[in-house]
Amino acid sequence: MEDWLYVGLYALIAVILATVPLLVAWILRPKKPGRVKQSTYECGLETIGDAWIQFRVQYYVFALIFVIFDLEVVFLFPWAVAYRQLGLFALVEMFIFIGLLVVGLLYAWRKGALEWV
Amino acid sequence: MIQAVVELSHQIQAFLDNLIPLIVALLGDLLAAFLPSWAVTLILMVLGIVTLSTIVLVGFMYTTLAERKVVGRIQDRLGPNRVGPFGLLQPIADMIKMFTKEDITPRGADRLTFNLAPVVVAAAALLIFAAIPVGRGLIGADLSVGLLYILAVSSVSVIGILMAGWGSRNKYALLGAMRAGAQLVSYEIPMVLAAIGPLLLAGTMSMNGIVEAQGVVWFILLQPLGFLIFFIAGVSEANRTPFDLPEAESEIVAGYHVEYSGMKFGLFQMAEFISTIGISAIAATLFLGGWQGPLLPGYVWFTAKTVLLVFVFLWLRGTLPRLRVDQLMGFAWKALVPLALLNILITGLTMVVHPIWAVLVGSLVALVLAGTTIHLYAEAVRRRTRPRFA
Repeated sequence: MEDWLYVGLYALIAVILATVPLLVAWILRPKKPGRVKQSTYECGLETIGDAWIQFRVQYYVFALIFVIFDLEVVFLFPWAVAYRQLGLFALVEMFIFIGLLVVGLLYAWRKGALEWV
Repeated sequence: MIQAVVELSHQIQAFLDNLIPLIVALLGDLLAAFLPSWAVTLILMVLGIVTLSTIVLVGFMYTTLAERKVVGRIQDRLGPNRVGPFGLLQPIADMIKMFTKEDITPRGADRLTFNLAPVVVAAAALLIFAAIPVGRGLIGADLSVGLLYILAVSSVSVIGILMAGWGSRNKYALLGAMRAGAQLVSYEIPMVLAAIGPLLLAGTMSMNGIVEAQGVVWFILLQPLGFLIFFIAGVSEANRTPFDLPEAESEIVAGYHVEYSGMKFGLFQMAEFISTIGISAIAATLFLGGWQGPLLPGYVWFTAKTVLLVFVFLWLRGTLPRLRVDQLMGFAWKALVPLALLNILITGLTMVVHPIWAVLVGSLVALVLAGTTIHLYAEAVRRRTRPRFA
């Protein structure tokens, strides 16, 4: 419990440590905004179109596979910790599980889902 | 005679190791004289956190200098050497510059997201150090799920990067942030799978427990493939060359922090370097034995190992060209993920046969298999030089 209190305190102090430089800089820095200065940067050219568009996330399929494998890892962590007590049976069992996911990965690979298009 | 020398060196090491816990205990006793016990605990915690963070921040400042020096030497230059002896005051000059630069917020930006993003990124990078054992008996919080906590926290910064990219309302920033997302999604998996190896061998998720399990032999010998995968994925996690696509200067200018200036830009730099140090520290803890080592006290060993790995980061920066996006994703999913799974399989199998020797042999087999796979993969990529666009 005390450990998690420490982590909480650490998070608080980390946020403070990241904010204090911003505040100090806010006091020290010059403030001379201008129209041109505040325009969107695009290599010196006039901006064409907005950046807030419906972006086509090309790696959507990757993200789906990521979720599957991330969940797999959630199962792998406790398995790995308890592995010494569980022995060979646990190994076989876990590899049937991983094997199923690998088949899925191979299927995605064959289907061309792992190609960057 | 020899025995006496060994005995003496052990005593000196133990004394130096106990020095910091001793000081903390003395301070605690002093405070306990006129404060309730919960206040003493709190004050000691805050003092510890501030000291640790300060050391990390100073480490960050001098990593920037070290990077410029090392990359300079690699490129046959001297690097900064004008400010102070050997340019040692350069980070301080840089800091003064960051503080006094004008800070520009683009007109179109989402102000809240734009201003919050650097804080999120920097704070997330600092949080890694809460659970890393920096010396014998020196650990912020020895969480029972320490490794899980560290892996979780180390990927939070991408949220800040996405905030920066979207909040800037700039096309380069958006592209950079989206690339950062793609990279996290791909390299988080091999990184976590590679971390399973030490976990299997140590049988605990506590970071201190993992270090203690490496008293006999460092896990890099039993898990060379795991270390390689972890380190490669770590370089990607810290957005460093050759995986610095989110901030590729030569194509999308500076990626997600293109619109940032002054101290906010400084915070992004800080986050990048601190996560570099953080990844090195995690790798040193998981694979290089953390604070384990002869003669010298634990914190010296830990610092030396971390600095060595940070140097490898800088070396990579000076040596390797940037990958293309399709190569980046393909390498993660087609080479690293299968190899990481293979590593778990071999580790698990050899641990059933016999603890140490079988694992050693298995690790060599894994390394050879990995080398062959990566070679074949590189050949396949080389044959198909043009990227496939739909």
